[in-house]
Amino acid sequence: MKLLKVAISAAALALAIVPALAQAPSTLRIGLQEDPDMLDPHKARTFVGRIVFMGLCDRLVDITPELKLVPRLATEWNFSADGLTLTMKLRSDAKFHDGEAFNAEAAKANLERARTLPDSLRKAELASVDTIEAPDATTLVLKLKRPDATLLSQLTDRAGMMLSPKSLSGDVAAKPICSGPYKFVERVQNDRIVLEKFKEHWEADKYSFDRILYRAIPDTTVRLANLRSGELDMLERLAPTDVKSAQSDKSLKVESVANLGYQGITINTNNGEAANQPMGKDKRVRQALSLSIDRKVLSQVVFEGLYAPSNQPFNPGNFYVSADLPIPARDLAKAKALLKEARQSKVSVELFVTNNPVDAQLGQVIQAMAQEAGIDIQIRSTEFASQLRDQQQGKFQMSRVGWSGRIDPDGNIHPFAHSKGNQNDGKYANPEVDKLLDEARTIYEPAERKKRYDAAQKILQDELPIIYLYNQTVFFAMRSNIQGFAINPDGMIRLAGLKRS
Amino acid sequence: MATLILRRILIAIPTLFLVSLFVFALQRALPGDPFLVIAGEERDPEVIARLREIYRLDDPVIVQFFAWLGQVVQGDFGRSLRTGEPVLGLILQKLPVTIQLATASILVAIVIGIPIGILAARHKGTVVDYSASAVALSGLSIPNFWFGIMLILLVSVHLKWLPASGYESIFVHPWEAIQRLIMPAFVLGNGLAAFLMRHTRSAMLEVLRSDYVRTARAKGLDEDAVIHRHALRNALMPIITLTTLLFGELLAGAVLTEQVFTIPGFGKLIVDAVFNRDYGVVQGVVLCTAIGFILMNLIADILYVVVNPRLRTG
Repeated sequence: MKLLKVAISAAALALAIVPALAQAPSTLRIGLQEDPDMLDPHKARTFVGRIVFMGLCDRLVDITPELKLVPRLATEWNFSADGLTLTMKLRSDAKFHDGEAFNAEAAKANLERARTLPDSLRKAELASVDTIEAPDATTLVLKLKRPDATLLSQLTDRAGMMLSPKSLSGDVAAKPICSGPYKFVERVQNDRIVLEKFKEHWEADKYSFDRILYRAIPDTTVRLANLRSGELDMLERLAPTDVKSAQSDKSLKVESVANLGYQGITINTNNGEAANQPMGKDKRVRQALSLSIDRKVLSQVVFEGLYAPSNQPFNPGNFYVSADLPIPARDLAKAKALLKEARQSKVSVELFVTNNPVDAQLGQVIQAMAQEAGIDIQIRSTEFASQLRDQQQGKFQMSRVGWSGRIDPDGNIHPFAHSKGNQNDGKYANPEVDKLLDEARTIYEPAERKKRYDAAQKILQDELPIIYLYNQTVFFAMRSNIQGFAINPDGMIRLAGLKRS
Repeated sequence: MATLILRRILIAIPTLFLVSLFVFALQRALPGDPFLVIAGEERDPEVIARLREIYRLDDPVIVQFFAWLGQVVQGDFGRSLRTGEPVLGLILQKLPVTIQLATASILVAIVIGIPIGILAARHKGTVVDYSASAVALSGLSIPNFWFGIMLILLVSVHLKWLPASGYESIFVHPWEAIQRLIMPAFVLGNGLAAFLMRHTRSAMLEVLRSDYVRTARAKGLDEDAVIHRHALRNALMPIITLTTLLFGELLAGAVLTEQVFTIPGFGKLIVDAVFNRDYGVVQGVVLCTAIGFILMNLIADILYVVVNPRLRTG
């Protein structure tokens, strides 16, 4: 028996030592919530995919945590006086992973592919571009159909990512050849993506890890357990319920930032039969619902108070948040008065939620709060795929959904509130709002632009096609020896400056 | 023997056809548009329409089915809608992962289940028997998911003895592979162990009551010899068949175990594919699973014939 005990301890010790030896010290291991989709910037759709592209593919422009545009492959840029020509100066020392030089011709070829590939998902992002010219190796000229204030922000992401021109005709997703600080090594679907340092990168000295290993671990508890056991160096999207326990663990640290998106309730005001009920037809009923919800309590009950209450499509602290629209306090008396005014003593309405524990709880809290004002909510819960389809087809009265957010304000409001917006599932339509949102797109001067958004928001806050509830805080957790993480509201992991102490 | 195999294969063809058709129809009946799901936030209606066209999703279901079948017969399983990878490649990549896990789990089940079953039968009605039953019952009733997470928290996070997740091939990095296999194989194997233990116990009890065991004892053989040399061999016969039939059990269990331990195997592939409405992948995985089942049954049948000459015909 004693011998057995000794043998077990010895085996356990041996097992414990080996992982430490097996893992080379300069690999950064990052836990992702999902497995990315196609690793082709022009076809890619997922948030986690963008995280991987941060290491793999350089973009023309980047953003700072304050959402300021900064140079990346483009060193400077300016718009012509009429706003119809964007001229960019490009780096001359950037190379693709296959050794080809990056130049204006390459940039042109990439943008053309993004615009013309049949299954490109970047077409809408580059819709304002008319023609692309490359007068010399370091100059790129985009002629626009209309002034487009969102264009530079688009170029900070996948639309502005550069693939080696030689690889454009092949199967890009199988082996993406970009110009980023790390090059593609291998991918095992549902498991890992491995990148290796590209030594000829123009900024190679800023990247201290030799390899980056992205692992897809969807279960939040398991992902955190992997970080705790030292299998991961950092993870994205730590669950709010795990924040406290991660913070109390000395071997870990947690960083957070308000994300760019919003979370709320989309109401069917105009999409088919389901809109024909008081909640869809009468703005006073929607106002009553909004007033019945205590956003602060909601965050406390469901998210341990970690998510900031919100009533606008932009994240707290964003330049475009309107100061004239403070978060309304809960006001049951006023809510009841509004219902009375609308001649609705008892409103019955259905709320669509995704069938996960968090959304179910959210739905119940909203239900309980609305009940007190005299709004009777029935909760319908399905998995996300069905919710999305029903929502798009107008088979919903209210739906609890959110948006991950875009750098440019347009991306958070135009698709949802414009009558032709492709995410406007409630088919809300107001010509005045359409006009303001269309105008705002074309104005380069931020203060002037903000005036349009403020005006549009004033109408939207009155008519409430979307009731905004809270902003999701993004939490990253990492081993405490990981230094130099520059957190950014876009939720990406930028690898520059990251190191292990 | 050859006729048996041939007959079995002929019967398998309509079975596979029906399974495929059933799953195909069932998937299309599921609400949710795959491209709406995979487009997620990037839903450009034009692109979605274009993708539906490329993947022929607007054709009638029956036309889609036969188009798919026509390709499969030629060895083309199509591509994953989500990542664009060939389905057959994905299956070939994931299959060894799950086979490795399943083999290790069966080993765990045998190593734990059979000795405990023998022990319980030998000491029937005593504390040993009851505690073995209690262990077996808990093994059957503890959900894999919960048990897996608890094990990770204890062994990986707290004691830091084993890596918490992931996969390595036993043929490439044997040592790492074993470390990563221990916990998932234990989680998946313990339920099966309980199952084997109960069956071993009852088979043993049956055999121990038989005349030849009484004769052996009367001969003055010591108990160990009676159990191991005489009783066990006969008791194991039904157990061996059971073990081959546990294949289905294992695959179902692997779905959850692979999720918990982030093992990129068959189970994880199919769950992700269903949630993403990745039709081609689901279809391919189901077809392969059905073929696997039929093969296992065929092997069991052949084994019967090999073991029991009375079943041989002509």
